[in-house]
Amino acid sequence: MNGFLRRMKALIHKEFLQLSRDSSSLLLGIALPIALILIIGYGISLDIRNIPTAVVLEDASPKAQDVVSFVNGSAYFSPTYVTSFREAEAMLLNRDVRVIIDVPPDFTSKLATGEATLRVVLDGVEAATAMSTQGYIESAVSSWLLRQPGAGSGARIALESRMWYNDANSSTWFFLPGLIMIIVTIIGIMLTAIVMAREWERGTFESLFVTPVRPMELVLAKIVPYFCVALLGVFICLFLSRFLFEVPVVGSLAVLLGLTMIYLMVALGIGLVISTVTKSQFLACQSSMLVSFLPSVVLSGFVFDLRSTPVVVQIIGNVLPFSHYLTCLRSLFLSGTNAGLLLKQGGLLLLYGVFFIGAAFTMTRKKVE
Amino acid sequence: MNGFQLFLQQLAVICRKEILAIWKDKATRLIIVVPCVILGFLFGYAANYNLEDAPYALLDQSHSRESADLAAAIEATPFFHRHVTLQNASQIGRYLDDGEVVMAVSIPPDFASRLAKGETAPVQVITDGRNTMIAGQASSYTARIISRYNARRTGRRSPVTVQTRTWFNPNQTTRWFFLPGIIGLLSFAQVFLLSGLSVAREREEGTFEQILVAPVAPQVILIGKAVPPLIVGFIQCTILFLISRLWFQVPFAGSVVTFYVAIFFYVLSSTGLGLTLSSISKNMQQVLVYVIVTMIPMALLSGIITPVSNMPDFLQILTYADPLRFGLELIRRIYLEGLTLGQLAWNFVPLIVIAAVSLSTAGYMFRHNLS
Amino acid sequence: MEEYIIRAEQLNKVFPLKKGQTVEALKSLDLTVKQGGLTAIIGPDGAGKTTFMRLVAGLMRPTGGRLTVLGLDSVQGAGEIQTRISYMPQKFGLYEDLTVQENMDLYADLHGVPAQTRPARFDKLLTMMGLERFTGRLAGKLSGGMKQKLGLACTLVRSPELLLLDEPTVGVDPLSRRELWEILKEFVRDENLTVLVNTAYMNEAALCGQVYVLHKGALLAHGTPDDLRAIAAGRCYSCTPPPGEPTRILQAHLIDDTDHVVDAVPKGGDVHFILQEGVASAPYLDAHGIAARPVASDLEDGFMVLLHRAETEILPPVEEGDDVLDKGGRPTDKVSITVRDLVKKFGDFTAVAHTSFEVHEGEVFGLLGPNGAGKTTTFKMLCGLLPATSGFLSVAGVDLHVARTQARANVGYVAQKFSLYGNLTVRDNLEFFAGIYGLPPKRRRERIGQVVREFFLEDRLDMRAGDLPGGYKQRLSMACALMHEPKILFLDEPTSGIDPLTRRNFWRQITSLAAKGTTIIITTHFMEEAEYCDRFMIQDNGRMLAIGAPSEIRRQLGREGADMDDIFMAIVEQARAKGEGPA
Repeated sequence: MNGFLRRMKALIHKEFLQLSRDSSSLLLGIALPIALILIIGYGISLDIRNIPTAVVLEDASPKAQDVVSFVNGSAYFSPTYVTSFREAEAMLLNRDVRVIIDVPPDFTSKLATGEATLRVVLDGVEAATAMSTQGYIESAVSSWLLRQPGAGSGARIALESRMWYNDANSSTWFFLPGLIMIIVTIIGIMLTAIVMAREWERGTFESLFVTPVRPMELVLAKIVPYFCVALLGVFICLFLSRFLFEVPVVGSLAVLLGLTMIYLMVALGIGLVISTVTKSQFLACQSSMLVSFLPSVVLSGFVFDLRSTPVVVQIIGNVLPFSHYLTCLRSLFLSGTNAGLLLKQGGLLLLYGVFFIGAAFTMTRKKVE
Repeated sequence: MNGFQLFLQQLAVICRKEILAIWKDKATRLIIVVPCVILGFLFGYAANYNLEDAPYALLDQSHSRESADLAAAIEATPFFHRHVTLQNASQIGRYLDDGEVVMAVSIPPDFASRLAKGETAPVQVITDGRNTMIAGQASSYTARIISRYNARRTGRRSPVTVQTRTWFNPNQTTRWFFLPGIIGLLSFAQVFLLSGLSVAREREEGTFEQILVAPVAPQVILIGKAVPPLIVGFIQCTILFLISRLWFQVPFAGSVVTFYVAIFFYVLSSTGLGLTLSSISKNMQQVLVYVIVTMIPMALLSGIITPVSNMPDFLQILTYADPLRFGLELIRRIYLEGLTLGQLAWNFVPLIVIAAVSLSTAGYMFRHNLS
Repeated sequence: MEEYIIRAEQLNKVFPLKKGQTVEALKSLDLTVKQGGLTAIIGPDGAGKTTFMRLVAGLMRPTGGRLTVLGLDSVQGAGEIQTRISYMPQKFGLYEDLTVQENMDLYADLHGVPAQTRPARFDKLLTMMGLERFTGRLAGKLSGGMKQKLGLACTLVRSPELLLLDEPTVGVDPLSRRELWEILKEFVRDENLTVLVNTAYMNEAALCGQVYVLHKGALLAHGTPDDLRAIAAGRCYSCTPPPGEPTRILQAHLIDDTDHVVDAVPKGGDVHFILQEGVASAPYLDAHGIAARPVASDLEDGFMVLLHRAETEILPPVEEGDDVLDKGGRPTDKVSITVRDLVKKFGDFTAVAHTSFEVHEGEVFGLLGPNGAGKTTTFKMLCGLLPATSGFLSVAGVDLHVARTQARANVGYVAQKFSLYGNLTVRDNLEFFAGIYGLPPKRRRERIGQVVREFFLEDRLDMRAGDLPGGYKQRLSMACALMHEPKILFLDEPTSGIDPLTRRNFWRQITSLAAKGTTIIITTHFMEEAEYCDRFMIQDNGRMLAIGAPSEIRRQLGREGADMDDIFMAIVEQARAKGEGPA
């Protein structure tokens, strides 16, 4: 046992020295989280603001002006008034505006008979923006209608919409937990895969093998430093998201850290397995990018909700470990410590961790064949 | 043999060598084609902001014909399916919290009686704000469903109809927006990494010196290094284009020639950035780190996840150095809007500038980053 | 307690190749190593030396037969064997981003060397290896030979029960090599260490108690060095070349005469050769009236006789015109390389200090020096891979570093380590280099055909270059560098790690090239190869210590007929003693 601790200490010391010599790895642990959190905090927002809007008032009556008055002073719209619909269309084509709201000449006259129309033309290239914009306009028009004399009477169903877990209705809250998942994934899988592959490629393992070192110790010694680098990244994320963007952590911080460590083991395990299979830096790079990084962004629920995808994609998304960790993170950040969910997902992650770390242990043999 | 012929010949052999070096390695060959196809399909399905058949929970405390009608109206749309019928309000938390449903619809006990009395009957929709995009959509779809349902029930049309047309994408399918983006994004990841590793790998293996000693102009080495990523980029773009066009049936409005011209400049500037990284890196590990550290911000700032116009000004300025931003916009607009080269000329300028600056930096660094 | 430390019985090792083919790396090998002392394994490339080492170290499983190490089965007991032995692979896996001290600490920790014995042990090792002043330097910044010494130091942080060394002195200069062997002998003497060493240097094998000769996985012979020497006894002669003629010309004539001569090498200004069995004299010498004196045989002679006996496919003599050797052969007066007052500094470290020399057309010029002497730096500046800090440099009339691309067309370059494209075939590599050197298509085909014949590559044209045996790799590198028939050929340690048979062939090619007028600049760690050079230069600490023809330098030192290793060591030690000690 004494020998085990001594060797572990030596190997881990070596890893930390190497880390300190090549500052580029610390870039991943420190600079990347900071850069990403700033970009996501300040730059990435699904919340539509100031949509350039062309308003065509072909009917200049007070009623007509009133129905589109919601665009003035709204955070959502940034209106430009134009005189003809054709002019507005040209602006839309040029991407000067993203939406046209047109009040036809007969608006007031038809309103009396209840047949008035409001024409809305959207730029559908950014479909998500178009969708949201349409929603804003529709709800603005219906609330205008409700304010009209005589409206609001009669049997009708009214919608009371409430959003839980995101008081600020801010997409930063949505993205930040995902960011932590991405950073842990990158450091855990990609960086570990390449540093381990480098040992195989440069033949440094051949010399190490003929020492009392056990394969398990080599694997463990690789895990520890990158575990620390990734945790450093997580701490930076937590700190910045708490103090810069005031994203709450509703759930228990301890549970969050515990789960992060479990997930880190999964990621490190995958990285080690990739490197042991490829034994080449070039292939380890390519394959970790393709099987881990890209799927962790797209198939995890980080950006796209898996619940709206075909079953096959949902299954694949659920077989990959990324979404399980992300679900836990989002819950802990925004909705609280939900024991049932965390136990289930955490248990699953633990299984993944045991599987991949176990695979890394069994695949790392002191053989050069 | 004159200088130009020599130039062409050297170019040809260097390109051939670079392509062979990739092609002869089975693992590399697989990595270029297979993941691209698989991820193309998977991402095509996953990359979607629209609600499709999303699970929701119904809490019907009214147990009336009216409430059943309303639920039927919600379920008749392709947006939602009922995942669970709840018995009491306390259950909402559990299903929403676990992420099993995207929203809960709660119909109060007095729903039917209020309607019968001609009063306004409120219906609560509770959405999961952890995913703001989905939450927003769920409530706006439900609002639309309910207002249509109201109109049908009362037989009275709203005095104002909002007549909406959506250009280039009549059904507001977000997949149409994402698929051209995926063409650019996936090929970028591969091209960037491949060109990033190219010189660093030869440096680590010692073959780069061998080429530097030969009578080869740096331009030739540069072009030789740029050709394989360009080809790989073209292959991947073509595969992804076909998946998007034929499998996901996203209509292609532009001309194929224009499309490939855009792809060329886009891949060229990506290659340039990759080669620059490669020429300043000491080894492949550094390349990987630099690639990740630059690629993720570039992807986030490209406007594929959220529109560039939503970003604050200083970040918008930063996006001018991001080939992804202009590349993706070019691809998307050619693909969906069918714009011509003339209409898009200004979008090419940043790409060409990025390519020119990065390629010349890389070419210079080949010889000057030796000791 | 088993009598033998290593005992291999009918040991087989088969490697699978592509498409179900296999290659037998070891064929029914019987080999034993006793407790204490040095045992050497020698043999050409592909003999199975490294495979055997890896089997002993438990890094591979034997396909058949039995192998016991320290009384343990090499498969079941691999873990324990690895704990008790030390192994230095051919390329020792130093961590280049750790310092000398940190590398040694790592291995000491892994082996559990107690803290109290460490300082003394480290001091001893570092002093012996001459690394004591470099403990804080990153391993990646050490020269090739120093890395090798550090590897050995890491291996020797404690006294193992068995020490395995796989070609420990490849790329190490004679001075360091001698020191290394002193260290080994000392450890054997003081600690009764058992050492098994693979080596390409026959004078190293001669220091061992037992020598095993492997060839293509089979045992050719074994015995004491004297037993092996005796194989060539009575057939070795020496003769002196006519005055003014480079030794290599006479050597080439002799070695070409395979009917009468087994082997010939330049040695001490003369040519040392072995006659075929039952042959009384070499006709070339008789015809030219050159007298041959019988001399004692050495280990290398015995080895060469054994190899020639076993090798069925000895490379045929070089193709060249009949009278190339006689017509050419002497360098001309035309200057092809001029170096004046060349200086290279890295920061405040002076790698090359005020060096001046000239090389003539058709000359074979050697660049010798201990590890870290500045040879590689000088070499890289000559090739245009590094800019000089100051001084004048002209190669074929231009400074390559600032020269326009086309000036480089006059230069061929063979790098220190194999640096062709490993995953391309031999043919692809040849076509690539023919192409970038700008040969027109028709000429390209001709030249490829020529070099393929000259360098005997026909049978492996479609093999991946990375999978070639060592000798083939070396010939392919030469073939590629010579594709465009450069006026000047730069060779950076081309024979490092190459067996004697392949080296003979290599030098025969060089003799032929020089005779045809190519200027050749070569660095080497085999000092005896300096005998092939017209002139050579010895550098140490970036300074030029000596320059001249082998005979001149011998005369200056007053040691005619002396061994090149001795000459080299004498010069370097003299210079260092003068207070110009290592900086």
